[in-house]
Amino acid sequence: MPEETKGNPTAPQPPAEKPAAPAAAAAPAKPAAPAKPAGPVPQPWNAPLPNSLQSRFGSAIKEASTYIGQNYLVVEREVVRDVLHILRDEHQFDYCVDLTAVHYPKKDLQFEIVWILYSFARNERMRVKTQIKDGEPAPSVVALWPAANWMERECYDMFGIVFTGHPDLRRILLPDGWNGFPLRKDYGILQQDQAWVQANLGIESGQ
Amino acid sequence: MTQPASTSPNTGDRTFLDSTEMVLNMGPQHPSTHGVLRVILKLDGEKVLGTECVIGYLHRGVEKIAENRTYAMFTPYVDRMDYVASVSNGLGYCLAIEKLLNTEAPLRAQYIRVIMTELNRLASHMVWLGTHALDIGAMTPLFYTFRDREEILKIFEKYCGARLTTHAFRIGGCIYEAYEGMEQEILKYCDFLEPKIDEYEQLLTTNRIWLERTKGVGVINGEDCIALGVTGPVLRASGVKWDLRKAQPYSSYEKFDFEIPTGPNGDTYDRYMVRIAEMRQSVRIIRQAVAGLPEGPIMAKIPKVLKPPVGEVYVSIEAPKGELGYFVVSDGTTQPYRVRVRPPSFVNLQALDKMVRGQLVADVVAVIGTLDIVLGEVDR
Repeated sequence: MPEETKGNPTAPQPPAEKPAAPAAAAAPAKPAAPAKPAGPVPQPWNAPLPNSLQSRFGSAIKEASTYIGQNYLVVEREVVRDVLHILRDEHQFDYCVDLTAVHYPKKDLQFEIVWILYSFARNERMRVKTQIKDGEPAPSVVALWPAANWMERECYDMFGIVFTGHPDLRRILLPDGWNGFPLRKDYGILQQDQAWVQANLGIESGQ
Repeated sequence: MTQPASTSPNTGDRTFLDSTEMVLNMGPQHPSTHGVLRVILKLDGEKVLGTECVIGYLHRGVEKIAENRTYAMFTPYVDRMDYVASVSNGLGYCLAIEKLLNTEAPLRAQYIRVIMTELNRLASHMVWLGTHALDIGAMTPLFYTFRDREEILKIFEKYCGARLTTHAFRIGGCIYEAYEGMEQEILKYCDFLEPKIDEYEQLLTTNRIWLERTKGVGVINGEDCIALGVTGPVLRASGVKWDLRKAQPYSSYEKFDFEIPTGPNGDTYDRYMVRIAEMRQSVRIIRQAVAGLPEGPIMAKIPKVLKPPVGEVYVSIEAPKGELGYFVVSDGTTQPYRVRVRPPSFVNLQALDKMVRGQLVADVVAVIGTLDIVLGEVDR
């Protein structure tokens, strides 16, 4: 991907200055407009692969974009497993690089799950993302890529996301009896399961 | 792991008269697990029926820490994941943030990064070779490799002041210029090391005990490797010619001439041969990088306070253990919104069960060694 590193510093900027109007009405005019370069913006990803998926799944493919040379799809939760299955079987994405989640507590669909895929045949990388509510399950892809086994366990361990169809969904890095999911944004950095620490380590506090 | 506890003797592929399974606990305090890894082995006599890894003893919450530090403040933390190859960790993180900032390190910095990373790959493979051979019962290679690795650590110390957790690079380039005489010293080291690699090979490559302990042990084929996400020398020893330095070059790797060694059988011996060949290729890359080291700045023009634009990137590099990736989400503030590390050791360790099933207990030790895991990276 030689063009990837170049980026697009002269990319067309969207007219995104407008929504700042209500706050700026009381403030002095033009509060440092050139101070913050908005940076690159996602461009539509036009290629046979996303186009074929879009014609197949319609609006369930919410977005197909490229950001700094990296392609990604945003997909409805209901079809994400089918999309991943098709990507593996028909588009040679045979290597599940990583699976993780990002927590946005202010959004209604709190969790964004990200699958990073790579195809050896195409030498191409892409991401598939889906958003779910807190407590909603996500489909497991262990049957598609055994590599996802521990990744899903880690995702459950850290975020509390349940993957339906996972053969053995348990905590992996934290102890089994631990209470809480540390990578959620509402879990403090110094927070611990004091009850577990006291019962199992025989100390007052882990801090 | 779901083998039924049968009481009838000699059923299926069971080999012992008394067919009750035995569960053997290995670790977490066990010298051959290279840290604190616990493996629960289900055995039929000497034969392994299944394994279960218990990990997390070294979990420090690195990804959580990242969300509470600025971009620059987090760089030293990544060195503590794979502490045997800390330069690679730092390189991957810096590249990810540079990508997020849509900038690139200057050419001279890229070359210095290549030199340091390849030296670190040599050091990492030397630690692997010494400890792996020690696990199998050959004690001498440990002293040889650690003696030679020491010289690399001295170069690191001269370059950046630290030997192990180097923090050698910064976002945007390098902070340290090459010290006086560094090029000559590194070239001298290359001349010194090449015969030493022959020496390691003399000790092991045709050693009958080594062959008996490694040939046909822990076999995994290329398809299984890909399905399990295994990367690095383990994948290449199974015949898949894939190296991120070639497939998706970063930091000027496309300018260097080197080969990707592969192995035909995917056993422990092939993985040994692949890593030895990789060491020679690393020396080759270092020589080219030192010879072609360009003049110029070593730091890109980046702001003092890093505020990458809103967005997310995934950037990965070929670390000594495999694909090391960073998935970074920025919300436009000075702190990353989320940093996800894709550690090669964590994913590669999943293949342990596949590789040791049906083998002997003693081979578990060989296979853990050949996977070249670092528990600091598995647990993060």
